[in-house]
Amino acid sequence: MNPARHEICAVALAETFRGDGEILASPIGVLPGIAARLARATFAPDLMLSDGVASLVDAQGAVEGWLPYRTVFDVVWSGRRHVVMGASQIDRHGNQNIACVGDPRKPKAQLLGMRGAPGNTINHTTSYWVPSHSRRAFVPKVDVVTGVGYDRAAALGPRASRFHEIRRVVTDLAVLDFATPDHAMRLASVHPGVSLADVLEKTGFPLVFAEPVPVTRLPTDEELRLLRTVIDPQGRGAKEVPA
Amino acid sequence: MTRDKRMKIEDVVAELRSGMTIGIGGWGSRRKPMAIVRAILRSSLEDLTVVTYGGPDVGLLCAAGKVRKLVTGFVSLDSIPLDPWYRQARQKGALEVREYDEGMLQWGLYAASLRLPFLPTRAGLGSDVLALCPELRTVTSPYDDGEELVAVPAIELDAAICHLNRADAAGNAQFLGPDLYFDDLYLGAAKRRFISVERVVATSELLAEGSVHTLRIHRGMVDGVVEAPRGAHFTECPPDYGRDEELQARYAAAAADPAAWNAFYQEYVS
Repeated sequence: MNPARHEICAVALAETFRGDGEILASPIGVLPGIAARLARATFAPDLMLSDGVASLVDAQGAVEGWLPYRTVFDVVWSGRRHVVMGASQIDRHGNQNIACVGDPRKPKAQLLGMRGAPGNTINHTTSYWVPSHSRRAFVPKVDVVTGVGYDRAAALGPRASRFHEIRRVVTDLAVLDFATPDHAMRLASVHPGVSLADVLEKTGFPLVFAEPVPVTRLPTDEELRLLRTVIDPQGRGAKEVPA
Repeated sequence: MTRDKRMKIEDVVAELRSGMTIGIGGWGSRRKPMAIVRAILRSSLEDLTVVTYGGPDVGLLCAAGKVRKLVTGFVSLDSIPLDPWYRQARQKGALEVREYDEGMLQWGLYAASLRLPFLPTRAGLGSDVLALCPELRTVTSPYDDGEELVAVPAIELDAAICHLNRADAAGNAQFLGPDLYFDDLYLGAAKRRFISVERVVATSELLAEGSVHTLRIHRGMVDGVVEAPRGAHFTECPPDYGRDEELQARYAAAAADPAAWNAFYQEYVS
């Protein structure tokens, strides 16, 4: 079974939840949602997941709890959550922008607004999913800081930043993290078939990396079976990552 | 006998004034008081400060030039991620905005409803919310931890409008869908409190369709009740009806086409 790129991305996103335990996984977007269910079906069985409305649903689809927005905010502030958000822009410190492009007082393009990004990033683990790795998304400086990056968190001091963690950024090309002395973004792995030069070319700032750059792991046969027959038989994940 | 607070939509609008700060219940394109919003669109009200988790209510009010300032966590149509009328207004610089973190907005309404000057939170620290909302202040914990937190100021409302599923004539109101959102907080934060409902029922009938837990709005929180069947349409109001996706798509597409907009406006608003 030859894995497609979106399946490699799904497994890389699922890996962000490894070791999280009994917390609320909040994957925003199609492939992150598939990934969270894959993680729960394999190595992260304790994860809790919403149906996208106001219920917690178990792996069989049974409602196991009530999760209105007020409770979501309570969970955010309690820290027992890992969100995977998108990022219209992200910089080398992991500052994220989903609010608008241009001057926020009169933007060139109004986007989502702040949503929950400030509260998410200062309260609990955050990862990002960028389905199209490009210089448009990976910018030297974001126009608005919605999600807090490591430089901003460090400036707040150890007490205010103690719950801040940007675990990983997964794209259609690579997996990135912040495992460097100053938490600058590092190329953790490139997906099979992707060249280092391609990732560097499509990133608008210098990435930290050490050669040879690891290759993102392939899905296991069991993971592919789950993705194709149980979790995403309609192939919705493929639409987010063109082959 | 409890007081009968039933009124007409026009009576609600007559209680509002230009320049007021108005909170709008619901969330995105979910259970928005659209019948009252439409009545505001038909009125001469202007220069409003709107406080809400925004949906097409915000887009329509922006399209009609009613909004001077918006306090929000986001504006979205849910099934359509961005509201084109709000985008246009923002991109023209046509209104002042306070884009809060979603949880900060809840906290500001909750502070007002508890008559507190502020409530503390970590949300907002390190982000550009503070830089873009220069009136926001932080507060230092008075205890040994000495932690610095965002002091979200009370968001006091001149008026609140919400749409619920059922109420009695006195204003005891019920949500039958999956989420109350923050409707109780808008009503708690406001001086004048108005709800529209799908159906006004006898008090003794309030438990016919939902448990006591769904009676989250009591009559002490409400000044006026409007019976407005389909009063949230085209936003969703489960279990009474889902979102009218076809009409919402027409609303969104019409933002780029004046003729289509006129047709939509005549049909939906006028």
